[in-house]
Amino acid sequence: MSVLNIVNLTKRFDDVSVFENINLSVREKEFLVLLGPSGCGKSTLLNIIAGLESATSGRIEIDGKDVVGLEPKDRGLSMVFQSYALYPTMTVRGNMSFGLQVAGVKRDEIKRKVDKAAAMLHLTELLERKPSQLSGGQRQRAAIGRALVRDVSLFLFDEPLSNLDAKLRTQMRGEIRKLHDTLGVTSIYVTHDQVEAMTMASSIVVMKGGVIQQHADPQTLYDTPENLFVAGFIGASPMNILKGKLASRNGQLVADCGALQVDLSRYHFKRPPVPETPVMLGVRPENVKFGAEPGNGYTGATAKIDYIEPLGADTLVWTTVGDEPLALRVEPREARLDRQQMPLSFDLDRLSVFSPETEQRL
Amino acid sequence: MNSKTISRIGIYAFLLSSAAFFLIPVYIMVTTSLKGMPEIREGNIFALPLDPNFSAWAKAWSSACIGMACDGIRGGFSNSLTIMIPSVLLSVALSSLNGYALALWNVRRAELLLGVLMAGAFVPYQVLLYPLVIMTRTVGIYGTLPGIIAIHVLFGLPVLTLIFRNFYASLPTEIMKAARVDGAGFLQIYWRIMLPMSTSILVVAVILQVTGIWNDYLLGLIFAGRDNLPMTAQLNNLVNSTFGEKEYNVNMAATILTAATPLLVYLISGRYFVRGITSGAVKG
Amino acid sequence: MFSFRAKLPALLTIALTTVVAITILLVAISWTGVISATNTQLIPRYEFVGMTQYARLFATERFHVAFSNLFLYGACFISIALIFGFLLAIMVDQRIRLESLFRTIFLYPLSMSFIVTGLAWQWFMNPTLGLQHFVRGLGFPDFTFDWLINPDKAIYALVIAAVWQSSGLVMAILLAGLRGIDRDIWKATAIDGIPAWRTYVSIVLPMLRPMVMTCVVLLAMAVVKAYDLVVALTKGGPGNSSDLPAKFIIDLTFERANIGMASAAAVMLLVTTIAVVAPYIAYSFHKLRR
Repeated sequence: MSVLNIVNLTKRFDDVSVFENINLSVREKEFLVLLGPSGCGKSTLLNIIAGLESATSGRIEIDGKDVVGLEPKDRGLSMVFQSYALYPTMTVRGNMSFGLQVAGVKRDEIKRKVDKAAAMLHLTELLERKPSQLSGGQRQRAAIGRALVRDVSLFLFDEPLSNLDAKLRTQMRGEIRKLHDTLGVTSIYVTHDQVEAMTMASSIVVMKGGVIQQHADPQTLYDTPENLFVAGFIGASPMNILKGKLASRNGQLVADCGALQVDLSRYHFKRPPVPETPVMLGVRPENVKFGAEPGNGYTGATAKIDYIEPLGADTLVWTTVGDEPLALRVEPREARLDRQQMPLSFDLDRLSVFSPETEQRL
Repeated sequence: MNSKTISRIGIYAFLLSSAAFFLIPVYIMVTTSLKGMPEIREGNIFALPLDPNFSAWAKAWSSACIGMACDGIRGGFSNSLTIMIPSVLLSVALSSLNGYALALWNVRRAELLLGVLMAGAFVPYQVLLYPLVIMTRTVGIYGTLPGIIAIHVLFGLPVLTLIFRNFYASLPTEIMKAARVDGAGFLQIYWRIMLPMSTSILVVAVILQVTGIWNDYLLGLIFAGRDNLPMTAQLNNLVNSTFGEKEYNVNMAATILTAATPLLVYLISGRYFVRGITSGAVKG
Repeated sequence: MFSFRAKLPALLTIALTTVVAITILLVAISWTGVISATNTQLIPRYEFVGMTQYARLFATERFHVAFSNLFLYGACFISIALIFGFLLAIMVDQRIRLESLFRTIFLYPLSMSFIVTGLAWQWFMNPTLGLQHFVRGLGFPDFTFDWLINPDKAIYALVIAAVWQSSGLVMAILLAGLRGIDRDIWKATAIDGIPAWRTYVSIVLPMLRPMVMTCVVLLAMAVVKAYDLVVALTKGGPGNSSDLPAKFIIDLTFERANIGMASAAAVMLLVTTIAVVAPYIAYSFHKLRR
């Protein structure tokens, strides 16, 4: 059962198109993240869902009701803003009570709800303070508290953690996700930070230039990206992309990438592959290892080690194969500079093949 | 003496003589108002009073003759007060609401409306006076207190709307969004969120209006009616239209009394006063 | 972005204030224009007489005096106030002691009514009691300062009083501008050996151009509106020698009951105002568009 349904939504500013014909469904209790670089249209989409901006055409249904044209307050949602947007002349309690007062809720009912939300967010001691007397993290919690007190079916988050320092951000991420799991309210969260998206989301929508690139859960996005953009955007260390073409070797389908010959027999193609098709082969660093066993993904290539980046838990080794760079993640003790040339093997279940022109997954 | 000291001396010399230039009229007024008439006739304008006393002030306040009545200028003082207070309140309230609407409610052609309104501020009063007289007469408020108040509100609208609109436009945009998501409407947002955030600009606007309205002469003379003549009009009548010998000490005392209120506002408000005048200077 | 229903109160507010105000202003201006083409004396009489009022106007001596005074007074007042105000701003900006005190002194005249200013200077310039009397008493029997009763000089008396009242405003605006200028410019000119006055004139002044223009516009508005000051200081005299259009029009309207001609004069004043202000508006509009 979907809480939010977006049908053929289009937004244009004069002649400039922000996005065209977006279709999206959000299920109940989902924590959906709209992820993408600046300017991809994610914040605009969120504002339109909220009713703060109007779409050029299309339908938005919240709980089955068409909300296009409705004011934000009639849509049954709450929003948390990047700059917190707390009312500076009111206390935290005042901020949290305001929406309920406007809705005409009785005073003791308001107090009850505010106290309950404050307890959930550890804000109880801060209730009588004004925003200027709070730290960044406290303000953000207050902003979340304001969203929490109303009985809504949808929470919207507009890059709420961007203004916090890294440590606080990590902490708040966990708190927000925990809150979501406790309350079970459907949430849509906008961010440009893929780490945030990966750690918090139950489902991610990757957007670029107003177009949805892929809509899937984090792991799927990571393992089987639908196009080159998603492949490059998701994941802390970038996916290795190699140019090559499809070929037949000894009756088996391989990706012929010059020095590397990669066995594609275990790869799931969407359509039957055609030999000689040029491809871009993607493989993540942690799925590349040193080794030369033929049945175990040996590529037949030897890599020259250029330099290593110790990351603590593992080490990133930068090599050159043929003319192209390739990165591997190995355990620290396996990374050696003294062995200048090492054979490379790929994990054959974890490959991605893309078309160079369409950039789509094959 | 090196050139730096010379220039320092030059600077202070300039500043001090300028200060003297600015202070001379006040000095003259104060000293003369404390002198007796014989002393004034005899002596020179810069001399200090021989026997300073406030009798001229008392006379100016309560018994000087303006036209037919000899009740001093205190009537004018209370008239000015009666005109000023509602005018200031009404014009500031209306303009702030107006500026808020123009700034934050995405009204089409808001800029154009504001521009035309501002253009109205440039139009000399004389072009509007006679038609306004007829209009107020038709509505029945010519020569009455409501009439002069309405006129002051009208003439205050352009500049005040501008400064309020600029102020509200400069506030963080997400507060408006949060308020809308919270479900608040036009007046609620104004009353509970925007207005509390506006104290500094309200002070500026009030100062601007208090000074402008108190110091007004022409509009009050025409539209307030004989019973409500502001202090400035009564002052001018007192000084420039009395027959017989001019009692300079009384005249100057009356002048000081008239100038006292806005001067006090100025001295107390300092920085806000300057902001007020220069905000009138910030165009579009 | 906003639904119409939500925007309604905002639109209503604007309609009831801004739109009403603009309507009143436009109606009033047009009405004056219409009356200037009629034969109205005291009560509106809509007999159209074309340009007769204007012809009569241009045949009136006082009209010419008033308008030529306007430009004379305007030119003197604006230029002197600008220069004096600029100098004050520069001096105050020199990190002097008692800066607040000086600023307070230079600015307080702005809080005065023009009536007060006019009266104060009337006494100072009074030949029998004021400056002339004082200096003669000091031993200069031939010293004359009779501008108030001298038809050729009366208009300049107005200039002095107006400069006294408004230079502070120029100072305040330009001081804010000066304070906003990067201090490193002074270091640069020091290294290049440019004298201070040259820096002010050739470098600082151009940087302050928008503020100077703002001052010019504000001062020009005060010039066009000048009425109270004339009434208090010279009453337009001696005779009509220090008359200004604002006073001329008011006198025609309320004392002479010649509203037709007054309206014609008012239209002339409006035309003059537009001619002065329009370039400025066009310029700022143009800059806004960029």
